[in-house]
Amino acid sequence: MWRDVVLVAGKDLRIEWRSRVTFSQVVPFAGLVLVLFGFALDANRPVLERATSGLFWITIMFVTTLAVQRSTSIETTDGARRALLLAGVEPVAVFAGKAAAVAVQLLAVELVLVGGIVVLYGAEIDSFLLVVATCLVATVGIAAAGTLLGALVAGVRARETVLPILLLPVLAPVLIGATRAFDDALGSVAVDGWAWIGMLAGFGLINLVLGALSYGVLLEET
Amino acid sequence: MSIIALDGVVALLGRFPALAGVDLDVGAGEIVLLQGPNGAGKSTLLRVCAGLQRIESGRALVLEHDVVSHRAAVRRSVGLLGHDTALYDDLSVEENLRFWARASRVDVDAVDGALDRLGVADRLRDVPVRHLSAGQRRRTALAAVVVRRPRLWLLDEPHAGLDQQGRDLIDGLVRQAATAGATVLLASHELDRTMGLASRHVTVAGGTITEDRTI
Repeated sequence: MWRDVVLVAGKDLRIEWRSRVTFSQVVPFAGLVLVLFGFALDANRPVLERATSGLFWITIMFVTTLAVQRSTSIETTDGARRALLLAGVEPVAVFAGKAAAVAVQLLAVELVLVGGIVVLYGAEIDSFLLVVATCLVATVGIAAAGTLLGALVAGVRARETVLPILLLPVLAPVLIGATRAFDDALGSVAVDGWAWIGMLAGFGLINLVLGALSYGVLLEET
Repeated sequence: MSIIALDGVVALLGRFPALAGVDLDVGAGEIVLLQGPNGAGKSTLLRVCAGLQRIESGRALVLEHDVVSHRAAVRRSVGLLGHDTALYDDLSVEENLRFWARASRVDVDAVDGALDRLGVADRLRDVPVRHLSAGQRRRTALAAVVVRRPRLWLLDEPHAGLDQQGRDLIDGLVRQAATAGATVLLASHELDRTMGLASRHVTVAGGTITEDRTI
């Protein structure tokens, strides 16, 4: 199975590397959102500082919808989903491989955005370890939930608009948990960030299990 | 031994009965032409044989595997060329074929040979699929089927979009496959070309087989 996970993830990342969608479109989009949030709140600097964590993760939510749509369309555009079934690739491997590829792309965007909040918002990082842990754990859950919902809407005609409607509410716990953990890491609010990491890990685990169990059905039926 | 044994197969597309009780028995090495008007059920029949279409009633055995209970075994044994080419636009021709070879657990070294057989020029092998013409895409997709060395070839309009040389190549490939013992089920509207290729003509209309002639 792991061989297929690596095969699928490698394929998706190679496609991304060739198309440069993440770097030429998604990263600039994320940067633009961050800048616009900055424009909107810059007049009230204390509010901007307190809201930095939330703005960072809201931007990641927007980016996630783009990354998941792209990941889904790779398989649906020319019937590759059916070919994956014919090839005998385990659905759980397809799920894990695609989620891993989305996670790598999101982590790359997060790396850029962390730099963005430091430069644009003047954020100061108290705990690099907590920032890294939050990004890693939250991204696993985001990628798993996104990949699962991407498969769910794959057969829907207006999936570009349906996906965000389904995905953003599902990701609300990540938004809350990751924002609190980042608040601690940036020292903007006195909370226990590691406790929120635990919640994020639970969310990720639930979505990984759900995806592993249901992705095959979605691959067959949509 | 029957390669395909369908008994009263009913399949729905949405609520519409695409197959309404199909009986069909195909032996090893046969080249069977499925003909019939658009919407007759030819493509659905091919998908049933590939284990990709749910059947509502009846029984379908492909290579002695039940398409419902042993779906994975059926899928691994067939090669399907459908209307879609299942190629990734941003990967090159060779990368696509290598990916599908690895995914299908077949010898990656067979890729070069398959591209040669399909007449895909060396200069095209590193070209992203998005830059190929429709005919070149079709050839590449068929090369992906060849790499799998399937025992049952399911070809849906295999000549579509191909030039004369490409059509001749497909015909040669189908004949070679049948000579080697594989079975070929092909759906086509190009009756002038495929009539001479097939050893058996099956007419599908309204989701049922209305005529079955061995030549």
